[in-house]
Amino acid sequence: MMKIKSVKWVSLLLVAALFVIAGCGNNNTGNAGGGNTAGESTDSAAVAKIKERGKLLVGVKYDTRLFGLKDPASGNVEGFDIDISKAIAKHILGDENAIELKEVTSKTRIPMLNNGEIDMVVATMTITEERKKEVDFSDVYFQAGQSLLVKKGSPITGLESVTKDTKILGSKGATSIKNIKEKVPGITVLEFDNYQDAFAALKAGQGDALTTDDAILYGMASQDEGYEVVGEPFTDEPYGIAIQKGNTDVVQAVNDTLTELKANGEYDAIYTKWIGKAPAK
Amino acid sequence: MDFAGAFSPANLVFLMDGLYITLIVAFVSIILSFIIGVVVGVIRYAEVPVLSPVMFFLVELIRNLPLLLIIFFVRFALPEIGIKLGLITAAIAALTVFEAAMIAEIVRGGLAAVDKGQIEAARSSGLSSFQTLWHIVLPQGLRHMVPPLVSQFISLLKDTSLATIVALPELMHNAKIVMGQKESYTIPILLMVALMYFVVNYLLSLVSRRLEHKTV
Amino acid sequence: MDFSILTNYFDLYLRGFWGTLLSSVLALIGSFVIGTVIAVFRITTIKALRWFGTGYVEFIRNIPLLLVVCIFYYGPSAIGFTLDGFKAGTIGLAVYTSAFIAEAIRAGIMAVPKGQMEASRSSGLSYVQAMVHIILPQAIKLVIPPLGNQFINLIKNSSVLTLVAGFDLMYFADSISTETYRTFDTYIFVAVFYLVLTVPLSYGVRVWERRLQSKY
Repeated sequence: MMKIKSVKWVSLLLVAALFVIAGCGNNNTGNAGGGNTAGESTDSAAVAKIKERGKLLVGVKYDTRLFGLKDPASGNVEGFDIDISKAIAKHILGDENAIELKEVTSKTRIPMLNNGEIDMVVATMTITEERKKEVDFSDVYFQAGQSLLVKKGSPITGLESVTKDTKILGSKGATSIKNIKEKVPGITVLEFDNYQDAFAALKAGQGDALTTDDAILYGMASQDEGYEVVGEPFTDEPYGIAIQKGNTDVVQAVNDTLTELKANGEYDAIYTKWIGKAPAK
Repeated sequence: MDFAGAFSPANLVFLMDGLYITLIVAFVSIILSFIIGVVVGVIRYAEVPVLSPVMFFLVELIRNLPLLLIIFFVRFALPEIGIKLGLITAAIAALTVFEAAMIAEIVRGGLAAVDKGQIEAARSSGLSSFQTLWHIVLPQGLRHMVPPLVSQFISLLKDTSLATIVALPELMHNAKIVMGQKESYTIPILLMVALMYFVVNYLLSLVSRRLEHKTV
Repeated sequence: MDFSILTNYFDLYLRGFWGTLLSSVLALIGSFVIGTVIAVFRITTIKALRWFGTGYVEFIRNIPLLLVVCIFYYGPSAIGFTLDGFKAGTIGLAVYTSAFIAEAIRAGIMAVPKGQMEASRSSGLSYVQAMVHIILPQAIKLVIPPLGNQFINLIKNSSVLTLVAGFDLMYFADSISTETYRTFDTYIFVAVFYLVLTVPLSYGVRVWERRLQSKY
């Protein structure tokens, strides 16, 4: 049996070792950074790697109607982001089905990209200066704006009726949380792991309004007629496709695809199919 | 509350898909954590110099942290130091590490409960300390361990639901997707999922009662 | 190791730390009260209460904590009220843990010699009086180590509050790591905060257990 004395010193060690582990972590993070720079010097390697694998790994949302939603009935993931991803697969690999989708949330998409688990994130992701430090972005492929979703009959009719005491629901890691905190200082925001949970919380009466990009909110409103999007969009949310830092050849391939899609009218077709109207020119 | 809509064939199949992942992940983690737990528990019991205190430290560290933290850490923090695991591997690794620490304590406790007189008798009749451990202490200790081990396995099965934090498509994760379809599905689905977990775990505990009767 | 994360976000860590601690303490009190009632139900001579007590323990022990919390978070709106993440999480924790505490208390009561109940009854005390004044106080002494263990579990398990926006340590950790993009460092600090709570408690439980063992 362990003596009490040794229990004592081992407990002390316990805390000490934690910091040692943490220290190692730091060193290795440095190394990983070094790995990234190495990646930058062999630019065209990333596309070659995808081709060698024969499959494009794309991080998409599984819980966002219109953009990326897993349909329990068919098991398929469908939406605007999925169709764009397929077009990219077709451009790079010549086959729109040479693709493997992986579920991401606002919280997990950057870590998963940086871990190399996915080649790109096509998941309602706003291009921001801060994120540009972490990842590379393609050109804008969708223009959204932040808005509010409320239960029909709610006193909230737009951003102007949101006060400090309004309870707002959102998704962890989304830009919309930061934005609303800037627009209404001191506001309470409840953050959830994904939009499905946030919408479920809104339905359960846990908050007054759900905030994120209008396109996502319209998808939710179409899912449940008891809810509506109110007010004008109060931010610009240009969506980009995120790619691991340094893989400029992939960024190029994605941008070529987007240009091609816009030129041949396919982009408009995909847009109309999901959003229900043609994109504003 | 819309029971008919919530329990549509498509939704039930989707929930069963989730249950399947839950069972697979739990099964693999139970096997791995049992093996590791027994080895670590025996080392702790045998008071091997250096090795035993190190194991003690690791077991205590892990037992004192929330599993949810460990799952998230394995999946999203370890990659920052170069340890990259896929979704299912990460979930299994995290569950295994956590439950192995729990099982190691059960094993150590079970071994310590074996009558000291028997050990002395075995040693004086010429058995080596390893032989004593293998033939005398382990078989008897295992008997003490069966009930706590089974409840640990049930815990593990329940704990797989925490892997929803890394979006593992297990039962809870799929349940939330179905709940998201309509407000009126919430309560029926929560009840159905409770029933599914209950049935699986209750069967497990019945098996364990059988085992207890046989071994004791 | 980037200590600036700790210093820059110290107020968030601290808010999470208090959230975790408060939820665990409240849930401990709640689960102790419910657990005692259920334990008494399980040993009364009234069949209906015994049946209810057994059903409660068996059902709760066989479903995941996360599911219990989800029932209290998403469920009440169907009958016209809401519990916020902290309340639903804390109530869920209390209900879940009460099943385990009930079993520990029942075992404690069973360990008190039967003759004492008979003696109290024959000296004119009612069943309830005998229970409250004679049996329970003795049982509780035996129950303290398992209660301590349940408290450690509660602290760890309170991390599920993060999944219902319950303002605990894990919840704020997510906010920090999504802002810093440094998952590893952020969560190492979170782990330290948990250990600050759980390690001294584990140590205390161990000491108390040893004291009990040496007494008997």
